[in-house]
Amino acid sequence: MALIRLFKAALFFGLVLTALSAAAGGIEVREFDDPLLAQRYHDLTASMRCPLCENQAIGDSDAPISADMRERVYRMLQEGRADSEIINHMVERFGDYILYNPRLESRTYLLWGLPVGLGVVGCLVVVLVVRARRNASAKALSAEERARLDALIDRRPS
Amino acid sequence: MNRRLLLLLLPLGFLIVALFFYQRLQHDPSARDSALMARAFPAFEATTLRDESHHIDQRLLEGELTLVNVWGEWCPACKQEMPQLLELADHGIRMVGVNYRDTREKGKSFLDEYGDPFEVNIFDPEGDLGFDLGVYGAPETFLVDAEGIIRYHHKGYISPEDVTQRILPEVAKWR
Repeated sequence: MALIRLFKAALFFGLVLTALSAAAGGIEVREFDDPLLAQRYHDLTASMRCPLCENQAIGDSDAPISADMRERVYRMLQEGRADSEIINHMVERFGDYILYNPRLESRTYLLWGLPVGLGVVGCLVVVLVVRARRNASAKALSAEERARLDALIDRRPS
Repeated sequence: MNRRLLLLLLPLGFLIVALFFYQRLQHDPSARDSALMARAFPAFEATTLRDESHHIDQRLLEGELTLVNVWGEWCPACKQEMPQLLELADHGIRMVGVNYRDTREKGKSFLDEYGDPFEVNIFDPEGDLGFDLGVYGAPETFLVDAEGIIRYHHKGYISPEDVTQRILPEVAKWR
Protein backbone atom coordinates (compact mmCIF):
# COMPACT_ATOMS: atom_id res chain seq x y z
CA MET A 1 0.00 0.00 0.00
CA ALA A 2 2.75 2.36 1.04
CA LEU A 3 4.63 1.42 -2.08
CA ILE A 4 1.71 2.38 -4.29
CA ARG A 5 1.35 5.67 -2.50
CA LEU A 6 5.04 6.32 -2.98
CA PHE A 7 4.74 5.46 -6.64
CA LYS A 8 1.81 7.83 -7.04
CA ALA A 9 3.73 10.62 -5.35
CA ALA A 10 6.71 10.03 -7.60
CA LEU A 11 4.48 10.08 -10.65
CA PHE A 12 2.88 13.32 -9.56
CA PHE A 13 6.26 14.85 -8.85
CA GLY A 14 7.45 13.79 -12.30
CA LEU A 15 4.43 15.35 -13.96
CA VAL A 16 4.90 18.63 -12.10
CA LEU A 17 8.57 18.64 -13.06
CA THR A 18 7.73 18.05 -16.71
CA ALA A 19 5.17 20.83 -16.69
CA LEU A 20 7.61 23.18 -14.98
CA SER A 21 10.44 22.50 -17.40
CA ALA A 22 8.10 23.01 -20.33
CA ALA A 23 6.97 26.30 -18.82
CA ALA A 24 10.60 27.35 -18.30
CA GLY A 25 10.84 27.30 -22.08
CA GLY A 26 13.85 25.02 -22.49
CA ILE A 27 12.51 23.76 -25.80
CA GLU A 28 9.79 25.58 -27.66
CA VAL A 29 6.62 23.91 -28.87
CA ARG A 30 6.02 24.35 -32.57
CA GLU A 31 2.72 24.20 -34.39
CA PHE A 32 2.42 22.55 -37.77
CA ASP A 33 -0.70 22.48 -39.93
CA ASP A 34 0.56 19.34 -41.63
CA PRO A 35 1.27 16.33 -39.37
CA LEU A 36 3.74 15.06 -41.99
CA LEU A 37 5.75 18.26 -41.59
CA ALA A 38 5.66 17.85 -37.82
CA GLN A 39 7.01 14.32 -38.21
CA ARG A 40 9.81 15.51 -40.51
CA TYR A 41 10.67 18.27 -38.06
CA HIS A 42 10.85 15.74 -35.27
CA ASP A 43 12.99 13.32 -37.30
CA LEU A 44 15.37 16.01 -38.52
CA THR A 45 15.95 17.55 -35.11
CA ALA A 46 16.47 14.08 -33.64
CA SER A 47 19.04 13.15 -36.29
CA MET A 48 21.34 16.14 -35.75
CA ARG A 49 23.81 16.43 -32.94
CA CYS A 50 24.19 19.71 -31.07
CA PRO A 51 27.64 21.11 -32.02
CA LEU A 52 28.18 22.47 -28.53
CA CYS A 53 27.03 19.69 -26.24
CA GLU A 54 28.79 16.61 -27.63
CA ASN A 55 26.02 14.09 -27.32
CA GLN A 56 22.57 15.56 -27.46
CA ALA A 57 20.30 15.93 -30.44
CA ILE A 58 19.37 19.51 -31.30
CA GLY A 59 15.78 18.40 -30.71
CA ASP A 60 16.32 17.97 -26.98
CA SER A 61 19.14 20.33 -26.19
CA ASP A 62 18.59 23.77 -24.69
CA ALA A 63 21.91 25.17 -25.92
CA PRO A 64 21.38 28.48 -27.77
CA ILE A 65 22.90 27.09 -30.96
CA SER A 66 20.43 24.17 -30.90
CA ALA A 67 17.56 26.65 -30.69
CA ASP A 68 19.01 28.52 -33.68
CA MET A 69 19.33 25.28 -35.62
CA ARG A 70 15.78 24.19 -34.80
CA GLU A 71 14.54 27.58 -35.90
CA ARG A 72 16.41 27.16 -39.20
CA VAL A 73 15.03 23.63 -39.71
CA TYR A 74 11.52 24.93 -39.00
CA ARG A 75 11.87 27.84 -41.40
CA MET A 76 13.30 25.68 -44.19
CA LEU A 77 10.49 23.13 -43.75
CA GLN A 78 7.92 25.91 -44.05
CA GLU A 79 9.68 27.04 -47.23
CA GLY A 80 9.11 23.56 -48.63
CA ARG A 81 12.76 22.47 -48.71
CA ALA A 82 13.66 18.79 -48.93
CA ASP A 83 15.21 16.95 -45.97
CA SER A 84 18.46 16.46 -47.87
CA GLU A 85 18.66 20.20 -48.57
CA ILE A 86 18.20 20.99 -44.89
CA ILE A 87 20.81 18.44 -43.85
CA ASN A 88 23.31 19.78 -46.41
CA HIS A 89 22.63 23.30 -45.23
CA MET A 90 23.60 22.32 -41.68
CA VAL A 91 26.61 20.17 -42.61
CA GLU A 92 28.03 22.99 -44.75
CA ARG A 93 28.11 25.15 -41.65
CA PHE A 94 28.71 22.81 -38.74
CA GLY A 95 30.43 19.87 -40.39
CA ASP A 96 29.81 16.11 -40.52
CA TYR A 97 30.05 16.07 -36.73
CA ILE A 98 26.38 17.00 -36.41
CA LEU A 99 25.17 13.89 -38.26
CA TYR A 100 24.27 10.99 -35.99
CA ASN A 101 24.11 8.87 -39.14
CA PRO A 102 27.28 9.56 -41.13
CA ARG A 103 26.69 9.68 -44.87
CA LEU A 104 28.02 6.99 -47.16
CA GLU A 105 30.98 8.52 -49.01
CA SER A 106 34.56 7.53 -49.79
CA ARG A 107 35.70 8.80 -46.39
CA THR A 108 33.17 6.65 -44.51
CA TYR A 109 33.41 3.40 -46.49
CA LEU A 110 35.51 1.84 -43.74
CA LEU A 111 33.03 2.92 -41.07
CA TRP A 112 30.01 1.46 -42.86
CA GLY A 113 31.86 -1.45 -44.46
CA LEU A 114 33.70 -2.80 -41.44
CA PRO A 115 30.70 -4.37 -39.63
CA VAL A 116 29.53 -6.03 -42.86
CA GLY A 117 33.10 -7.13 -43.64
CA LEU A 118 33.59 -8.56 -40.16
CA GLY A 119 30.25 -10.38 -40.42
CA VAL A 120 31.30 -11.97 -43.70
CA VAL A 121 34.71 -12.95 -42.28
CA GLY A 122 32.99 -14.42 -39.22
CA CYS A 123 30.64 -16.55 -41.36
CA LEU A 124 33.61 -17.73 -43.42
CA VAL A 125 35.50 -18.75 -40.30
CA VAL A 126 32.47 -20.67 -38.99
CA VAL A 127 32.06 -22.49 -42.33
CA LEU A 128 35.76 -23.36 -42.43
CA VAL A 129 35.81 -24.59 -38.86
CA VAL A 130 32.69 -26.71 -39.32
CA ARG A 131 34.08 -28.18 -42.50
CA ALA A 132 37.46 -28.92 -40.92
CA ARG A 133 35.74 -30.67 -38.02
CA ARG A 134 33.59 -32.76 -40.26
CA ASN A 135 36.64 -33.91 -42.22
CA ALA A 136 38.60 -34.51 -39.04
CA SER A 137 35.91 -36.73 -37.49
CA ALA A 138 35.54 -38.68 -40.73
CA LYS A 139 39.29 -39.14 -40.94
CA ALA A 140 39.62 -40.01 -37.27
CA LEU A 141 38.49 -43.61 -37.92
CA SER A 142 41.06 -46.01 -39.24
CA ALA A 143 39.98 -48.81 -41.60
CA GLU A 144 39.96 -51.20 -38.66
CA GLU A 145 37.74 -48.96 -36.58
CA ARG A 146 35.42 -48.41 -39.48
CA ALA A 147 34.99 -52.15 -39.89
CA ARG A 148 34.23 -52.49 -36.21
CA LEU A 149 31.73 -49.67 -36.40
CA ASP A 150 29.99 -51.27 -39.36
CA ALA A 151 29.86 -54.53 -37.49
CA LEU A 152 28.34 -52.82 -34.46
CA ILE A 153 25.73 -51.09 -36.56
CA ASP A 154 24.81 -54.33 -38.28
CA ARG A 155 24.38 -56.03 -34.97
CA ARG A 156 21.84 -53.41 -33.93
CA PRO A 157 18.41 -55.01 -33.51
CA SER A 158 16.03 -53.76 -36.23
CA MET B 1 49.02 -25.52 -35.68
CA ASN B 2 45.95 -23.82 -37.13
CA ARG B 3 44.32 -23.56 -33.76
CA ARG B 4 47.42 -22.03 -32.22
CA LEU B 5 47.48 -19.38 -34.91
CA LEU B 6 43.82 -18.61 -34.23
CA LEU B 7 44.47 -18.37 -30.51
CA LEU B 8 47.27 -15.91 -31.18
CA LEU B 9 45.19 -13.83 -33.60
CA LEU B 10 42.38 -13.30 -31.12
CA PRO B 11 44.31 -11.39 -28.45
CA LEU B 12 46.25 -9.61 -31.17
CA GLY B 13 43.06 -8.36 -32.76
CA PHE B 14 41.72 -7.37 -29.39
CA LEU B 15 44.92 -5.46 -28.63
CA ILE B 16 44.76 -3.54 -31.89
CA VAL B 17 41.15 -2.53 -31.31
CA ALA B 18 41.87 -1.63 -27.67
CA LEU B 19 44.84 0.53 -28.70
CA PHE B 20 42.70 2.27 -31.30
CA PHE B 21 39.99 3.07 -28.75
CA TYR B 22 42.55 4.13 -26.16
CA GLN B 23 44.11 6.53 -28.61
CA ARG B 24 40.69 8.01 -29.44
CA LEU B 25 40.00 8.44 -25.73
CA GLN B 26 42.88 10.94 -25.55
CA HIS B 27 41.28 12.91 -28.33
CA ASP B 28 39.27 16.01 -27.39
CA PRO B 29 35.93 15.70 -29.20
CA SER B 30 35.44 19.46 -29.19
CA ALA B 31 38.73 19.97 -31.04
CA ARG B 32 37.60 19.70 -34.62
CA ASP B 33 38.12 21.84 -37.67
CA SER B 34 35.56 24.30 -38.83
CA ALA B 35 33.49 23.07 -41.76
CA LEU B 36 34.40 26.33 -43.49
CA MET B 37 38.12 25.69 -43.61
CA ALA B 38 39.59 26.55 -47.04
CA ARG B 39 36.22 27.91 -48.16
CA ALA B 40 35.17 31.46 -48.92
CA PHE B 41 33.96 33.65 -46.10
CA PRO B 42 30.14 33.45 -46.30
CA ALA B 43 28.28 36.20 -48.12
CA PHE B 44 26.54 38.63 -45.81
CA GLU B 45 24.85 42.01 -45.75
CA ALA B 46 24.99 44.01 -42.57
CA THR B 47 25.62 47.36 -41.02
CA THR B 48 28.49 48.28 -38.77
CA LEU B 49 28.17 48.33 -35.01
CA ARG B 50 28.88 52.05 -34.73
CA ASP B 51 26.93 53.26 -37.77
CA GLU B 52 23.58 51.75 -38.73
CA SER B 53 23.57 53.61 -42.04
CA HIS B 54 26.91 52.12 -43.11
CA HIS B 55 26.18 48.97 -45.15
CA ILE B 56 28.88 46.35 -45.64
CA ASP B 57 29.17 42.91 -47.24
CA GLN B 58 31.73 40.14 -47.75
CA ARG B 59 33.86 42.36 -50.01
CA LEU B 60 35.01 43.95 -46.77
CA LEU B 61 37.36 40.98 -46.35
CA GLU B 62 39.01 41.05 -49.74
CA GLY B 63 42.42 42.55 -50.46
CA GLU B 64 44.13 41.99 -47.14
CA LEU B 65 44.69 39.20 -44.64
CA THR B 66 42.18 39.74 -41.83
CA LEU B 67 41.55 38.22 -38.42
CA VAL B 68 37.79 38.03 -37.85
CA ASN B 69 36.79 37.74 -34.20
CA VAL B 70 33.25 36.79 -33.20
CA TRP B 71 32.36 38.37 -29.85
CA GLY B 72 29.51 39.64 -27.72
CA GLU B 73 29.14 41.75 -24.62
CA TRP B 74 27.47 38.77 -22.90
CA CYS B 75 30.53 36.58 -23.35
CA PRO B 76 32.99 36.56 -20.41
CA ALA B 77 35.86 34.92 -22.31
CA CYS B 78 35.64 37.71 -24.89
CA LYS B 79 36.59 40.20 -22.19
CA GLN B 80 39.56 38.10 -21.16
CA GLU B 81 40.89 37.74 -24.67
CA MET B 82 40.71 41.46 -25.45
CA PRO B 83 44.32 42.19 -24.37
CA GLN B 84 45.52 39.47 -26.76
CA LEU B 85 43.45 40.94 -29.60
CA LEU B 86 44.89 44.39 -28.91
CA GLU B 87 48.37 42.86 -29.04
CA LEU B 88 47.59 41.20 -32.38
CA ALA B 89 46.38 44.54 -33.74
CA ASP B 90 49.68 46.05 -32.58
CA HIS B 91 51.44 43.50 -34.79
CA GLY B 92 49.83 45.26 -37.74
CA ILE B 93 47.20 42.58 -38.35
CA ARG B 94 43.94 43.85 -39.74
CA MET B 95 41.18 43.01 -37.26
CA VAL B 96 37.46 42.87 -37.99
CA GLY B 97 34.91 42.06 -35.29
CA VAL B 98 31.55 40.34 -35.55
CA ASN B 99 29.31 41.65 -32.81
CA TYR B 100 27.30 38.48 -32.34
CA ARG B 101 23.80 38.38 -30.80
CA ASP B 102 24.23 41.68 -29.04
CA THR B 103 22.67 45.14 -28.94
CA ARG B 104 24.39 48.24 -30.29
CA GLU B 105 24.49 49.90 -26.88
CA LYS B 106 26.01 46.94 -25.10
CA GLY B 107 28.47 46.29 -27.91
CA LYS B 108 29.67 49.87 -28.01
CA SER B 109 30.06 50.15 -24.25
CA PHE B 110 32.02 46.88 -24.28
CA LEU B 111 34.53 48.38 -26.73
CA ASP B 112 34.73 51.58 -24.70
CA GLU B 113 35.54 49.59 -21.59
CA TYR B 114 37.85 46.85 -22.88
CA GLY B 115 39.49 48.56 -25.87
CA ASP B 116 38.84 48.38 -29.57
CA PRO B 117 41.36 46.53 -31.76
CA PHE B 118 38.90 46.35 -34.67
CA GLU B 119 39.00 48.34 -37.88
CA VAL B 120 35.26 47.76 -38.09
CA ASN B 121 32.61 45.61 -36.41
CA ILE B 122 29.96 43.73 -38.35
CA PHE B 123 26.69 44.07 -36.42
CA ASP B 124 25.01 40.64 -36.27
CA PRO B 125 22.17 40.91 -33.71
CA GLU B 126 20.23 37.85 -34.98
CA GLY B 127 23.33 35.72 -35.34
CA ASP B 128 22.75 35.11 -39.06
CA LEU B 129 26.37 35.63 -40.06
CA GLY B 130 27.43 33.62 -37.02
CA PHE B 131 25.19 30.77 -38.18
CA ASP B 132 26.68 30.82 -41.68
CA LEU B 133 30.13 30.76 -40.09
CA GLY B 134 29.15 27.70 -38.06
CA VAL B 135 29.74 29.58 -34.83
CA TYR B 136 28.26 27.79 -31.81
CA GLY B 137 29.68 29.86 -29.02
CA ALA B 138 31.77 32.99 -28.67
CA PRO B 139 34.60 33.81 -28.91
CA GLU B 140 35.62 32.26 -32.20
CA THR B 141 38.26 33.62 -34.51
CA PHE B 142 38.79 33.11 -38.25
CA LEU B 143 41.83 34.01 -40.31
CA VAL B 144 40.72 35.13 -43.76
CA ASP B 145 43.32 35.56 -46.50
CA ALA B 146 43.44 38.40 -49.06
CA GLU B 147 41.21 36.38 -51.43
CA GLY B 148 38.52 36.06 -48.75
CA ILE B 149 39.23 32.37 -48.05
CA ILE B 150 39.11 31.07 -44.46
CA ARG B 151 42.54 29.66 -43.59
CA TYR B 152 42.51 29.11 -39.87
CA HIS B 153 39.88 28.78 -37.18
CA HIS B 154 40.38 29.24 -33.47
CA LYS B 155 37.55 28.00 -31.29
CA GLY B 156 37.22 29.70 -27.94
CA TYR B 157 39.46 31.92 -25.88
CA ILE B 158 42.81 33.06 -27.31
CA SER B 159 45.39 32.83 -24.52
CA PRO B 160 48.65 34.83 -24.54
CA GLU B 161 50.42 31.56 -25.50
CA ASP B 162 48.00 31.04 -28.39
CA VAL B 163 49.04 34.42 -29.79
CA THR B 164 52.69 33.43 -30.18
CA GLN B 165 52.26 29.71 -30.73
CA ARG B 166 49.24 29.57 -33.01
CA ILE B 167 47.91 32.86 -34.34
CA LEU B 168 51.14 34.63 -35.31
CA PRO B 169 52.59 31.58 -37.13
CA GLU B 170 49.33 31.16 -39.05
CA VAL B 171 49.32 34.85 -39.97
CA ALA B 172 52.92 34.55 -41.21
CA LYS B 173 51.97 31.46 -43.21
CA TRP B 174 49.07 33.04 -45.08
CA ARG B 175 50.27 36.62 -45.44
